[in-house]
Amino acid sequence: MSATSATHDPRDATGTHDGASPPGPRRYRLVIRSRNDRVLTGTAAGLAEALGIEPLLVRLSLAVLTVAGGTGIALYLVLWVLSAEPDATTPDQAVRERPRTRQIAALACIVAGCMLVLRSTGLWFGDAVVWPVALAAAGSALIWARISERLPGNPVVSVFRGRISPLRVAGGGLLIAAGMTLFLVVNGTLASARTALLAVLVTAVGLGLILGPWILRLARDAGEERRQRIRSEERAEIAAHLHDSVLHTLALIQRSDDPANVAALARRQERELRAWLDHRPTPSEQQDLRGAVDALASRVEELHHVTVDTVVVGDAPVTENVGALLLACQEAAINAARHSGSPRVSIYVEADSDGITAYVRDQGAGFDVNAVPADRRGIAQSVIGRMRRHGGSATVTSQPGQGTEVQIQLPRAAS
Amino acid sequence: MSPTAPRTRLFLVDDHQLFRSGLRAELEGEFDIVGEAGDVDQAVAGIATLTPDVVLLDVHLPGGGGATVADAIIRRGAGETRFLAISVSDAPEDVIGVIRAGARGYVTKSISPADLADAIRRVRSGDAVFSPRLAGFVLDAFRGDLPTSIDPELDQLTPREREVLRHIARGFTYKEIGVRLNVSAKTVETHVSSVLRKLQLSSRYELTRWAMDRRMI
Repeated sequence: MSATSATHDPRDATGTHDGASPPGPRRYRLVIRSRNDRVLTGTAAGLAEALGIEPLLVRLSLAVLTVAGGTGIALYLVLWVLSAEPDATTPDQAVRERPRTRQIAALACIVAGCMLVLRSTGLWFGDAVVWPVALAAAGSALIWARISERLPGNPVVSVFRGRISPLRVAGGGLLIAAGMTLFLVVNGTLASARTALLAVLVTAVGLGLILGPWILRLARDAGEERRQRIRSEERAEIAAHLHDSVLHTLALIQRSDDPANVAALARRQERELRAWLDHRPTPSEQQDLRGAVDALASRVEELHHVTVDTVVVGDAPVTENVGALLLACQEAAINAARHSGSPRVSIYVEADSDGITAYVRDQGAGFDVNAVPADRRGIAQSVIGRMRRHGGSATVTSQPGQGTEVQIQLPRAAS
Repeated sequence: MSPTAPRTRLFLVDDHQLFRSGLRAELEGEFDIVGEAGDVDQAVAGIATLTPDVVLLDVHLPGGGGATVADAIIRRGAGETRFLAISVSDAPEDVIGVIRAGARGYVTKSISPADLADAIRRVRSGDAVFSPRLAGFVLDAFRGDLPTSIDPELDQLTPREREVLRHIARGFTYKEIGVRLNVSAKTVETHVSSVLRKLQLSSRYELTRWAMDRRMI
């Protein structure tokens, strides 16, 4: 540690050089634990911050020293006791410069020195374990030291896009492989059954060393990223909806000077907005009967400047035959709008276990059903004929002066 | 209504002064407008002192809404006072909310003055007033059977009531319905009142769920 704190770092405001820091008891601590880069307590990241190197290097060093008789754990605990929680004045994770090779080498030397000392004092799990682990840790550090914080996006993608030198990846991989092989060779004298188990274990550990930092980082970032994405997606959806619907209608209303037209536009917009607030699909994309009837009413209102009141009871999916029923309703409503002289048309649709029944009614002029000329195709073809083709039926009830009602039915079997 | 009968005493509740003035101008010829109010507190105080025959009650009010007013008055004993709800909105949450609170009918503000006067007369005589939309909501809410209901009689509509509601939803007047179903208009009124009672008193679980689906609760 003395070696690294001697390399003077002018950025260092985290407590090792207390002269430049504002007064306060916490400022005199050796290490300020990191607030936003934590695996356990942020101590390792805090130390890395103080030393000006990657937190990952500190963590790997501690891991290697842990294998060396548990020294790493002891060291960590000591550091944790000596360190302080970050307070409000501590800046969020300062932007780190690239660690200097000298600092990395110094850290490696310290770790190696510690290991040699520990080995001679007997605090040791044995050569067969410690050296392979140290090799593999060095390999992992080589690959990941530069990636974990600096590069945006997915680190694995970074590797494949060549943003990390292939040399670094290859070297690190080689070191890890060497560590694993060494471990296997040294432990080769063990019973063959245990060897197989060991091989699996070692492979897992190797993979962990290669992928570990990435997984850690993903886990940390995933939550925050997902929250942000959901927020922005919701916003975008609402904005898109308002643009397509309300703003569009407002623009149309400003250009229109026909009061009937303005009223129809406003009604259609209101209906759409209500459907949207009720979480019903908007008429342009609706799949259910309710939405489809609303859409139909809007179309008739817009084209023919009448008020269309809709009441829908129950619901059903819009199949081909139900689509035919809807078209028949629309035709009947258009007929009422054009010929009855009534400013209102009522549509009532009920879907139940027997099927779907629709009534289209106006209180206008009415006509003598038997006196309709044969060439008037509207009702005969578009309503009655269409329903017959789709397994349903339709009847027209009307008398001069009493309005008209068209009843359209589609049995369950046909819907 | 015979000319000798006492005129119906009407109370107007709406938060828009302009709308109250409009109503007053339209209805003054036929009804005695004894008072008006623009928010919940004024309305409750005014109705309690003046005990009008009919309150024309806006659904959206500062201080709690029309349902709060009806609820408060009925809770302290409404006497002969009856409520007719009126709103620009025919959204289910507004309609059902104020009906459950005790209103005898519901009309939208697009109603013609003649129809409104007729609705007020009908509410005054103890009858219920259903708009087509409200009839549709009730049919929707009371669909299907519910084996585990607490009071099955209350929680179901008879086939005849269903038929009457269907006709209202289709846009027929009570008189027209009577003619079509071969009964008197009075019988139609009886059915409608019974449906309203069921709607107000029903403990139906489905009604709650139905209301929740539409974000009323």
